[in-house]
Amino acid sequence: MRIRKSTIVIHVIAWSVALLWVLPFLGVFMAAIRPFKEIVYGWWRFEEFNPSLKFFANALNNPSFPMSRGIINSFIIAIPSTIIPLLIASLTAYGFARFSFPLKDYLFVTIVFLMAVPQQMMVIPLFFIMKDLALLNTYLGLILIHSSWGLAWIIFFMRNYFSILPVDVEEAARVDGASHFKIFYRIVLPMAVPALISAAVLQFTWVWNDFFFAMMFLYDPGKMVATQCLASQKGELHFDWELLSAGSILVMIVPVLIYAFLQKYYIRGMIGWVRKG
Amino acid sequence: MKTKIAKKISLSLFFIPAIIPMIIFVIFPILQTIYISFLSPKGEFVGLSNYFDVLGKKDIVNLGGLPRFPPWGALIQNLVWIAIHLPITTFFGLVLAIILREVKGASIIKSVIFLGMVVPMIVGGIIIRFMFTEGVGIVNGFFGMLGLKGLSKTWIAFPDTALFALIFGSVWLWTGFSLILYSAGLAAIPEDYYEAAKIDGASPLRTFFRITLPLLKPVTVVVVAMTILWELKIFDIVYMATFGGPGGASNVLALLMYLYWAYGLDYTRASVVAVLLTVLTLIIATWLLKYLVER
Repeated sequence: MRIRKSTIVIHVIAWSVALLWVLPFLGVFMAAIRPFKEIVYGWWRFEEFNPSLKFFANALNNPSFPMSRGIINSFIIAIPSTIIPLLIASLTAYGFARFSFPLKDYLFVTIVFLMAVPQQMMVIPLFFIMKDLALLNTYLGLILIHSSWGLAWIIFFMRNYFSILPVDVEEAARVDGASHFKIFYRIVLPMAVPALISAAVLQFTWVWNDFFFAMMFLYDPGKMVATQCLASQKGELHFDWELLSAGSILVMIVPVLIYAFLQKYYIRGMIGWVRKG
Repeated sequence: MKTKIAKKISLSLFFIPAIIPMIIFVIFPILQTIYISFLSPKGEFVGLSNYFDVLGKKDIVNLGGLPRFPPWGALIQNLVWIAIHLPITTFFGLVLAIILREVKGASIIKSVIFLGMVVPMIVGGIIIRFMFTEGVGIVNGFFGMLGLKGLSKTWIAFPDTALFALIFGSVWLWTGFSLILYSAGLAAIPEDYYEAAKIDGASPLRTFFRITLPLLKPVTVVVVAMTILWELKIFDIVYMATFGGPGGASNVLALLMYLYWAYGLDYTRASVVAVLLTVLTLIIATWLLKYLVER
């Protein structure tokens, strides 16, 4: 069989791009396992090569902003901030997909707009609301904020999914006298499990990766999430590459593992935006 | 009658659990930010004068003495970001999606490129800073090898290159988005269309412009809208890699709002910047919504 020249060219280009894309990650990984003096003329030089895990330990046990605590805090924040909005939003999304009522369209437009609004638009008043509710600098406060913030996009996302589900089964159940809630929990939700996993994967990753809300509403070093610890380990003037590179790897490991194991759901979630609204 | 009311209540229970937290923690604070933006620091209503004040500041728009290097002001720098980043990522994602259909191991390549979307942006900021740092950075190493001294310096430390280091770095982070969406879009085009074109003797280029591109329009609209929203809201990368510096040369609206508030304790100006940023995002959202509704 003859291999065409264009096939070879395309493969060379595509794999070169992939290599190019992986280089920055490789660089930060090298900086995380090698002393800075070894890589100061380029991490791709190996005249001296003494890899160690010591910088990971330094980042985890940092005296001011320990990453070990930050990672635990990130889980404490991200798990409820995924489950709570997912449950509430799917209920509302079902309402949007199946019921008609006055003001429905306006409500829906509001939700789409809320998806576009930047976080900066609400933090100043929210800071004082949290202060009044004594929720500033608490896990609960940040969980409430992330949950409320995630509602808009999850409603939009789940509504798109519900509106393509066939209604026959639901109608049959209604004829049999099942209530809306029963239909929702017993029939619709089980059918929507793939979409729920997609939404959960994305919401968890976004909350885990969030830095701005966390920085606004948590300031006790013992309560800081992983992204905050990482940002705080940056000195005022000095960039400690060993520490920051090791910290970067530690913070990104969780979303990268989620992506690696649940890639199908992750990608489906991303593609969900294109589906007809 | 009674059952009708009961039905209404049971239906509203689908919405109330979502609407209450959204009103308290999202909608009310948004409205209050708008309100603050019209008040003087003393709390008097001053109309649009805060807006004239902020828009007249060099932090936002600073175009005197062009052509010259940044700082051009946060608003202009956001727009420059869009002008460079949007076409590159959209086009590059599309080209890669097309090429990768014929490549062995395409799913691995896609995963690698998509990784930039998965990592926290704060980590993205660190990696961007790293790869543009003299000596250790791969970009500087590359230009050093070519003998281009001017481009092997630490990009983020100089006003003429800082903004562009961030923009090109963000291309690396974001290209995965358009690649994944276009890949899905291409896979959804029925094979028959291409076969029909082949029978008619259409050239590959003609097939691309007459069949592929029009059928990908819905994908393109979503990619463009989401990309612009991402570019407008950019914060973490800038915060971590340059903190808007040097001298505001890589500042953006989202970070400027934070600096006004957290460093200047200036609620009024911070709110005005937040509103301006939100207006820009809502223009994009309206466009996207219109398209989705008309389709």
